[in-house]
Amino acid sequence: MTLVLQVLGVFSLLSILAVGGGAAVIPEMKRLTIGAAPWLAPRLFGEVYSLGQLAPGPNMLMVSVIGYHVAGFAGALCALLGFFVPSGVLTFRIGRVWDRFADSPWRAAIARGLGPVTVGLILAGAVSLAETVMVGHGAVPYFICGAVAAILLLVKVNPVFLILAGGLATFAANALGALPS
Amino acid sequence: MPSEPSAGSPASAQSVSLLEIFRAFLVLGGTSFGGGVVAYLREALVVREKWLDDETFLAGLELSQMLPGLNATNMSVYVGERLRGAPGALVACLGMMLPGTVIVMVLGILFTGGGRVVNASSVLVGVGAAAVGLLLETTWKIGRPVIQRAADVAIVAATFLAIAYFRLPLPVVLLTIGPLAVWIYRPRAAAGEPAK
Repeated sequence: MTLVLQVLGVFSLLSILAVGGGAAVIPEMKRLTIGAAPWLAPRLFGEVYSLGQLAPGPNMLMVSVIGYHVAGFAGALCALLGFFVPSGVLTFRIGRVWDRFADSPWRAAIARGLGPVTVGLILAGAVSLAETVMVGHGAVPYFICGAVAAILLLVKVNPVFLILAGGLATFAANALGALPS
Repeated sequence: MPSEPSAGSPASAQSVSLLEIFRAFLVLGGTSFGGGVVAYLREALVVREKWLDDETFLAGLELSQMLPGLNATNMSVYVGERLRGAPGALVACLGMMLPGTVIVMVLGILFTGGGRVVNASSVLVGVGAAAVGLLLETTWKIGRPVIQRAADVAIVAATFLAIAYFRLPLPVVLLTIGPLAVWIYRPRAAAGEPAK
Protein backbone atom coordinates (compact mmCIF):
# COMPACT_ATOMS: atom_id res chain seq x y z
CA MET A 1 0.00 0.00 0.00
CA THR A 2 2.75 2.45 0.91
CA LEU A 3 4.58 1.55 -2.29
CA VAL A 4 1.50 2.40 -4.33
CA LEU A 5 1.26 5.75 -2.56
CA GLN A 6 4.93 6.40 -3.24
CA VAL A 7 4.31 5.77 -6.93
CA LEU A 8 1.43 8.24 -6.81
CA GLY A 9 3.62 10.79 -5.04
CA VAL A 10 6.62 10.48 -7.35
CA PHE A 11 4.57 10.77 -10.54
CA SER A 12 2.50 13.66 -9.15
CA LEU A 13 5.73 15.53 -8.51
CA LEU A 14 6.97 14.71 -12.02
CA SER A 15 3.65 15.92 -13.44
CA ILE A 16 4.10 19.38 -11.93
CA LEU A 17 7.75 19.49 -13.01
CA ALA A 18 7.05 18.52 -16.64
CA VAL A 19 7.58 21.99 -18.08
CA GLY A 20 8.40 21.39 -21.72
CA GLY A 21 6.55 18.08 -21.90
CA GLY A 22 7.50 14.46 -21.42
CA ALA A 23 11.05 14.40 -22.75
CA ALA A 24 12.02 17.31 -20.51
CA VAL A 25 11.24 15.30 -17.40
CA ILE A 26 13.16 12.12 -18.33
CA PRO A 27 16.32 12.91 -16.31
CA GLU A 28 14.25 13.61 -13.18
CA MET A 29 12.13 10.51 -13.78
CA LYS A 30 15.32 8.45 -13.95
CA ARG A 31 16.58 10.05 -10.74
CA LEU A 32 13.40 9.17 -8.90
CA THR A 33 12.77 5.67 -10.31
CA ILE A 34 16.22 4.20 -10.94
CA GLY A 35 18.35 6.54 -8.82
CA ALA A 36 18.35 7.01 -5.06
CA ALA A 37 15.69 4.45 -4.12
CA PRO A 38 15.81 2.14 -7.11
CA TRP A 39 12.50 0.74 -8.24
CA LEU A 40 13.73 -0.39 -11.61
CA ALA A 41 16.95 -1.49 -13.27
CA PRO A 42 18.14 1.24 -15.67
CA ARG A 43 17.85 -1.23 -18.50
CA LEU A 44 14.20 -1.94 -17.74
CA PHE A 45 13.47 1.79 -17.63
CA GLY A 46 15.04 2.15 -21.07
CA GLU A 47 13.08 -0.79 -22.49
CA VAL A 48 9.80 0.54 -21.13
CA TYR A 49 10.45 4.01 -22.54
CA SER A 50 11.32 2.52 -25.93
CA LEU A 51 8.19 0.40 -25.91
CA GLY A 52 6.11 3.50 -25.21
CA GLN A 53 7.18 4.89 -28.58
CA LEU A 54 5.22 2.14 -30.31
CA ALA A 55 1.87 3.11 -28.77
CA PRO A 56 -0.34 5.89 -30.17
CA GLY A 57 -1.37 8.98 -28.23
CA PRO A 58 0.60 11.03 -25.69
CA ASN A 59 4.14 9.67 -25.59
CA MET A 60 4.46 9.24 -21.82
CA LEU A 61 1.65 6.72 -21.34
CA MET A 62 4.47 4.27 -20.60
CA VAL A 63 4.51 5.60 -17.03
CA SER A 64 1.71 3.05 -16.52
CA VAL A 65 4.14 0.22 -17.30
CA ILE A 66 6.71 1.67 -14.89
CA GLY A 67 4.02 1.78 -12.21
CA TYR A 68 3.06 -1.78 -13.09
CA HIS A 69 6.61 -3.07 -12.65
CA VAL A 70 6.87 -1.29 -9.29
CA ALA A 71 3.50 -2.15 -7.76
CA GLY A 72 1.28 -4.15 -10.13
CA PHE A 73 -1.95 -2.86 -11.65
CA ALA A 74 -2.59 -0.50 -8.74
CA GLY A 75 0.87 0.93 -9.39
CA ALA A 76 0.02 1.37 -13.07
CA LEU A 77 -3.16 3.27 -12.21
CA CYS A 78 -1.39 5.45 -9.63
CA ALA A 79 1.43 6.30 -12.05
CA LEU A 80 -1.14 7.39 -14.65
CA LEU A 81 -3.23 9.38 -12.20
CA GLY A 82 -0.14 10.93 -10.67
CA PHE A 83 1.44 11.90 -13.96
CA PHE A 84 -1.64 13.23 -15.75
CA VAL A 85 -4.06 14.60 -13.14
CA PRO A 86 -2.02 17.41 -11.49
CA SER A 87 -0.89 19.01 -14.75
CA GLY A 88 -4.37 18.44 -16.22
CA VAL A 89 -6.07 20.19 -13.31
CA LEU A 90 -3.58 23.05 -13.56
CA THR A 91 -4.29 23.46 -17.28
CA PHE A 92 -8.01 23.33 -16.56
CA ARG A 93 -7.83 26.07 -13.93
CA ILE A 94 -5.52 28.34 -15.87
CA GLY A 95 -7.16 27.66 -19.23
CA ARG A 96 -10.36 29.24 -17.93
CA VAL A 97 -8.65 32.54 -17.12
CA TRP A 98 -6.03 32.44 -19.87
CA ASP A 99 -7.93 34.69 -22.27
CA ARG A 100 -8.29 37.36 -19.61
CA PHE A 101 -4.54 37.85 -19.82
CA ALA A 102 -4.53 38.09 -23.60
CA ASP A 103 -3.30 41.68 -23.45
CA SER A 104 -0.93 41.25 -20.53
CA PRO A 105 2.67 41.75 -21.69
CA TRP A 106 3.69 39.23 -19.02
CA ARG A 107 1.90 36.45 -20.85
CA ALA A 108 4.16 36.93 -23.86
CA ALA A 109 7.21 37.39 -21.63
CA ILE A 110 6.61 34.08 -19.85
CA ALA A 111 6.06 32.22 -23.09
CA ARG A 112 9.15 33.83 -24.64
CA GLY A 113 11.40 33.26 -21.63
CA LEU A 114 10.42 29.64 -21.08
CA GLY A 115 10.99 28.79 -24.77
CA PRO A 116 14.78 28.39 -24.57
CA VAL A 117 14.49 26.73 -21.13
CA THR A 118 12.25 24.11 -22.73
CA VAL A 119 14.76 23.55 -25.53
CA GLY A 120 17.56 22.99 -23.00
CA LEU A 121 15.41 20.58 -21.00
CA ILE A 122 14.42 18.50 -24.04
CA LEU A 123 18.03 18.31 -25.20
CA ALA A 124 19.08 17.14 -21.73
CA GLY A 125 16.23 14.59 -21.88
CA ALA A 126 17.53 13.26 -25.20
CA VAL A 127 21.06 12.84 -23.79
CA SER A 128 19.76 11.22 -20.62
CA LEU A 129 17.68 8.79 -22.66
CA ALA A 130 20.67 8.00 -24.88
CA GLU A 131 22.70 7.10 -21.78
CA THR A 132 20.07 4.56 -20.79
CA VAL A 133 19.04 3.02 -24.11
CA MET A 134 22.08 3.37 -26.38
CA VAL A 135 25.30 3.21 -24.37
CA GLY A 136 26.88 -0.24 -24.13
CA HIS A 137 25.40 -1.68 -27.31
CA GLY A 138 28.19 -0.86 -29.73
CA ALA A 139 28.02 1.46 -32.72
CA VAL A 140 24.73 0.39 -34.30
CA PRO A 141 22.43 2.44 -31.98
CA TYR A 142 24.45 5.60 -32.69
CA PHE A 143 24.12 5.01 -36.40
CA ILE A 144 20.36 4.51 -36.06
CA CYS A 145 19.99 7.64 -33.93
CA GLY A 146 21.93 9.79 -36.39
CA ALA A 147 20.13 8.36 -39.40
CA VAL A 148 16.68 8.94 -37.86
CA ALA A 149 17.49 12.54 -36.94
CA ALA A 150 18.91 13.22 -40.41
CA ILE A 151 15.99 11.61 -42.26
CA LEU A 152 13.43 13.52 -40.18
CA LEU A 153 15.20 16.80 -40.89
CA LEU A 154 15.30 16.12 -44.61
CA VAL A 155 12.09 14.26 -45.44
CA LYS A 156 8.52 14.44 -44.22
CA VAL A 157 7.79 10.96 -42.92
CA ASN A 158 5.86 9.61 -39.94
CA PRO A 159 8.49 8.91 -37.26
CA VAL A 160 6.75 5.67 -36.27
CA PHE A 161 8.07 4.00 -39.44
CA LEU A 162 11.63 5.03 -38.59
CA ILE A 163 11.16 3.82 -35.02
CA LEU A 164 10.04 0.42 -36.30
CA ALA A 165 12.94 0.36 -38.77
CA GLY A 166 15.32 1.11 -35.90
CA GLY A 167 13.95 -1.88 -33.99
CA LEU A 168 14.35 -4.15 -37.01
CA ALA A 169 17.91 -2.90 -37.52
CA THR A 170 19.07 -3.83 -34.00
CA PHE A 171 17.17 -7.13 -34.21
CA ALA A 172 19.12 -7.94 -37.36
CA ALA A 173 22.37 -6.67 -35.86
CA ASN A 174 21.82 -8.91 -32.86
CA ALA A 175 21.16 -11.92 -35.08
CA LEU A 176 24.47 -11.17 -36.83
CA GLY A 177 26.27 -10.85 -33.52
CA ALA A 178 26.90 -7.10 -33.94
CA LEU A 179 24.91 -5.90 -30.93
CA PRO A 180 26.76 -6.23 -27.63
CA SER A 181 24.48 -6.20 -24.63
CA MET B 1 3.06 44.69 -29.95
CA PRO B 2 3.09 40.96 -30.46
CA SER B 3 -0.16 39.93 -32.02
CA GLU B 4 -2.13 37.99 -29.49
CA PRO B 5 -5.04 35.70 -30.12
CA SER B 6 -8.36 37.33 -29.35
CA ALA B 7 -10.68 35.94 -26.76
CA GLY B 8 -13.29 34.80 -29.27
CA SER B 9 -14.70 31.35 -28.67
CA PRO B 10 -16.70 30.11 -31.63
CA ALA B 11 -17.12 26.68 -30.10
CA SER B 12 -19.17 27.75 -27.13
CA ALA B 13 -21.97 28.85 -29.44
CA GLN B 14 -22.49 25.48 -31.03
CA SER B 15 -23.31 22.53 -28.85
CA VAL B 16 -21.08 19.51 -29.09
CA SER B 17 -22.16 16.48 -27.08
CA LEU B 18 -19.86 14.77 -24.60
CA LEU B 19 -20.11 11.59 -26.64
CA GLU B 20 -18.93 13.40 -29.76
CA ILE B 21 -15.99 14.89 -27.85
CA PHE B 22 -15.06 11.49 -26.41
CA ARG B 23 -15.32 9.81 -29.79
CA ALA B 24 -13.19 12.44 -31.55
CA PHE B 25 -10.43 12.27 -28.92
CA LEU B 26 -10.60 8.46 -28.76
CA VAL B 27 -9.91 8.33 -32.50
CA LEU B 28 -7.07 10.83 -32.08
CA GLY B 29 -5.63 8.91 -29.15
CA GLY B 30 -5.77 5.66 -31.11
CA THR B 31 -4.36 6.89 -34.40
CA SER B 32 -1.71 9.49 -33.55
CA PHE B 33 1.39 7.31 -33.89
CA GLY B 34 4.92 8.62 -33.80
CA GLY B 35 4.42 11.64 -31.56
CA GLY B 36 3.40 15.00 -32.98
CA VAL B 37 -0.08 14.70 -31.54
CA VAL B 38 -0.52 18.46 -31.93
CA ALA B 39 -0.60 18.24 -35.73
CA TYR B 40 -3.25 15.51 -35.56
CA LEU B 41 -5.24 17.64 -33.08
CA ARG B 42 -5.25 20.69 -35.32
CA GLU B 43 -6.26 18.66 -38.36
CA ALA B 44 -9.15 17.03 -36.49
CA LEU B 45 -10.44 19.91 -34.35
CA VAL B 46 -9.82 22.99 -36.50
CA VAL B 47 -9.94 21.67 -40.06
CA ARG B 48 -12.33 18.71 -39.94
CA GLU B 49 -14.74 19.25 -37.03
CA LYS B 50 -14.41 23.06 -36.99
CA TRP B 51 -14.90 23.11 -33.21
CA LEU B 52 -12.21 25.75 -32.83
CA ASP B 53 -10.68 28.49 -34.93
CA ASP B 54 -6.94 28.65 -35.47
CA GLU B 55 -6.47 31.55 -33.06
CA THR B 56 -8.09 29.70 -30.18
CA PHE B 57 -6.12 26.59 -31.05
CA LEU B 58 -2.83 28.50 -31.02
CA ALA B 59 -3.70 30.25 -27.74
CA GLY B 60 -4.35 26.83 -26.22
CA LEU B 61 -1.11 25.49 -27.64
CA GLU B 62 0.88 28.37 -26.16
CA LEU B 63 -0.72 27.66 -22.80
CA SER B 64 -0.10 23.91 -23.11
CA GLN B 65 3.57 24.44 -23.87
CA MET B 66 4.04 26.89 -21.01
CA LEU B 67 2.37 24.81 -18.31
CA PRO B 68 3.75 21.51 -17.04
CA GLY B 69 2.37 18.38 -18.63
CA LEU B 70 2.25 16.97 -22.13
CA ASN B 71 0.96 19.09 -24.99
CA ALA B 72 -1.39 16.31 -26.04
CA THR B 73 -3.21 16.00 -22.72
CA ASN B 74 -3.05 19.69 -21.88
CA MET B 75 -4.63 20.48 -25.25
CA SER B 76 -7.30 17.85 -24.64
CA VAL B 77 -8.15 19.53 -21.34
CA TYR B 78 -8.14 23.00 -22.90
CA VAL B 79 -10.29 22.06 -25.90
CA GLY B 80 -12.66 19.85 -23.88
CA GLU B 81 -13.17 22.67 -21.40
CA ARG B 82 -13.90 25.11 -24.21
CA LEU B 83 -16.51 22.79 -25.69
CA ARG B 84 -18.30 21.45 -22.60
CA GLY B 85 -16.65 22.66 -19.39
CA ALA B 86 -15.24 20.25 -16.82
CA PRO B 87 -17.02 17.12 -18.13
CA GLY B 88 -15.78 17.98 -21.62
CA ALA B 89 -12.20 18.27 -20.38
CA LEU B 90 -12.49 14.94 -18.59
CA VAL B 91 -13.90 12.93 -21.52
CA ALA B 92 -11.45 14.54 -23.98
CA CYS B 93 -8.51 13.56 -21.79
CA LEU B 94 -9.82 10.04 -21.17
CA GLY B 95 -10.42 9.51 -24.88
CA MET B 96 -6.94 10.76 -25.72
CA MET B 97 -5.27 8.44 -23.20
CA LEU B 98 -7.36 5.27 -23.32
CA PRO B 99 -6.20 3.51 -26.52
CA GLY B 100 -2.48 4.18 -25.97
CA THR B 101 -2.66 3.11 -22.33
CA VAL B 102 -4.28 -0.22 -23.19
CA ILE B 103 -1.76 -0.85 -25.97
CA VAL B 104 1.32 0.12 -23.95
CA MET B 105 0.19 -1.95 -20.96
CA VAL B 106 -0.33 -5.05 -23.14
CA LEU B 107 3.05 -4.54 -24.84
CA GLY B 108 4.71 -3.82 -21.50
CA ILE B 109 3.45 -7.01 -19.88
CA LEU B 110 4.33 -9.10 -22.94
CA PHE B 111 7.78 -7.69 -23.65
CA THR B 112 9.32 -6.16 -20.51
CA GLY B 113 10.16 -7.09 -16.94
CA GLY B 114 10.68 -10.37 -15.15
CA GLY B 115 7.39 -11.91 -16.25
CA ARG B 116 7.75 -11.12 -19.95
CA VAL B 117 6.51 -13.62 -22.51
CA VAL B 118 8.90 -12.62 -25.29
CA ASN B 119 12.43 -11.25 -24.94
CA ALA B 120 12.47 -8.28 -27.30
CA SER B 121 15.50 -6.54 -25.85
CA SER B 122 17.42 -6.39 -29.12
CA VAL B 123 14.46 -4.80 -30.91
CA LEU B 124 13.94 -2.27 -28.11
CA VAL B 125 17.54 -1.02 -28.31
CA GLY B 126 16.93 0.14 -31.88
CA VAL B 127 13.51 1.52 -31.02
CA GLY B 128 15.09 3.54 -28.21
CA ALA B 129 17.95 4.76 -30.40
CA ALA B 130 15.44 5.91 -33.03
CA ALA B 131 13.45 7.63 -30.27
CA VAL B 132 16.57 9.58 -29.29
CA GLY B 133 17.02 10.58 -32.93
CA LEU B 134 13.41 11.75 -33.00
CA LEU B 135 13.99 13.79 -29.84
CA LEU B 136 17.05 15.44 -31.35
CA GLU B 137 15.02 16.44 -34.40
CA THR B 138 12.23 17.72 -32.11
CA THR B 139 14.79 19.79 -30.19
CA TRP B 140 16.00 21.31 -33.45
CA LYS B 141 12.45 22.01 -34.68
CA ILE B 142 11.38 23.67 -31.42
CA GLY B 143 14.72 25.38 -30.95
CA ARG B 144 15.22 27.00 -34.33
CA PRO B 145 12.44 29.62 -34.05
CA VAL B 146 13.11 30.18 -30.33
CA ILE B 147 16.86 30.77 -30.47
CA GLN B 148 17.23 34.27 -31.85
CA ARG B 149 19.93 35.98 -29.83
CA ALA B 150 22.85 35.35 -27.51
CA ALA B 151 20.61 35.33 -24.43
CA ASP B 152 18.67 32.39 -25.87
CA VAL B 153 21.83 30.39 -26.50
CA ALA B 154 22.96 31.14 -22.94
CA ILE B 155 19.62 30.00 -21.46
CA VAL B 156 19.62 26.78 -23.51
CA ALA B 157 23.23 26.04 -22.55
CA ALA B 158 22.72 26.83 -18.86
CA THR B 159 19.61 24.65 -18.67
CA PHE B 160 21.23 21.78 -20.55
CA LEU B 161 24.45 21.83 -18.52
CA ALA B 162 22.61 22.15 -15.20
CA ILE B 163 20.68 18.94 -15.91
CA ALA B 164 22.97 16.86 -18.12
CA TYR B 165 26.39 17.79 -16.70
CA PHE B 166 25.89 19.05 -13.15
CA ARG B 167 22.93 16.70 -12.66
CA LEU B 168 21.01 19.22 -10.59
CA PRO B 169 17.46 18.31 -9.58
CA LEU B 170 14.83 19.62 -11.99
CA PRO B 171 12.96 21.71 -9.36
CA VAL B 172 16.18 23.62 -8.60
CA VAL B 173 16.78 24.30 -12.29
CA LEU B 174 13.20 25.37 -12.97
CA LEU B 175 13.09 27.71 -9.98
CA THR B 176 16.37 29.43 -10.83
CA ILE B 177 16.77 29.52 -14.62
CA GLY B 178 12.99 29.76 -15.26
CA PRO B 179 12.41 33.09 -13.47
CA LEU B 180 15.73 34.41 -14.76
CA ALA B 181 14.73 33.65 -18.36
CA VAL B 182 11.34 35.33 -17.91
CA TRP B 183 13.07 38.31 -16.29
CA ILE B 184 15.36 38.66 -19.31
CA TYR B 185 12.25 38.97 -21.49
CA ARG B 186 10.24 40.98 -18.94
CA PRO B 187 7.93 43.59 -20.41
CA ARG B 188 9.61 46.95 -20.69
CA ALA B 189 7.83 50.22 -21.34
CA ALA B 190 9.81 51.40 -24.33
CA ALA B 191 12.99 49.44 -24.79
CA GLY B 192 11.44 46.70 -26.81
CA GLU B 193 8.56 44.34 -26.32
CA PRO B 194 9.29 40.68 -25.68
CA ALA B 195 10.15 39.43 -29.12
CA LYS B 196 8.02 36.70 -30.56
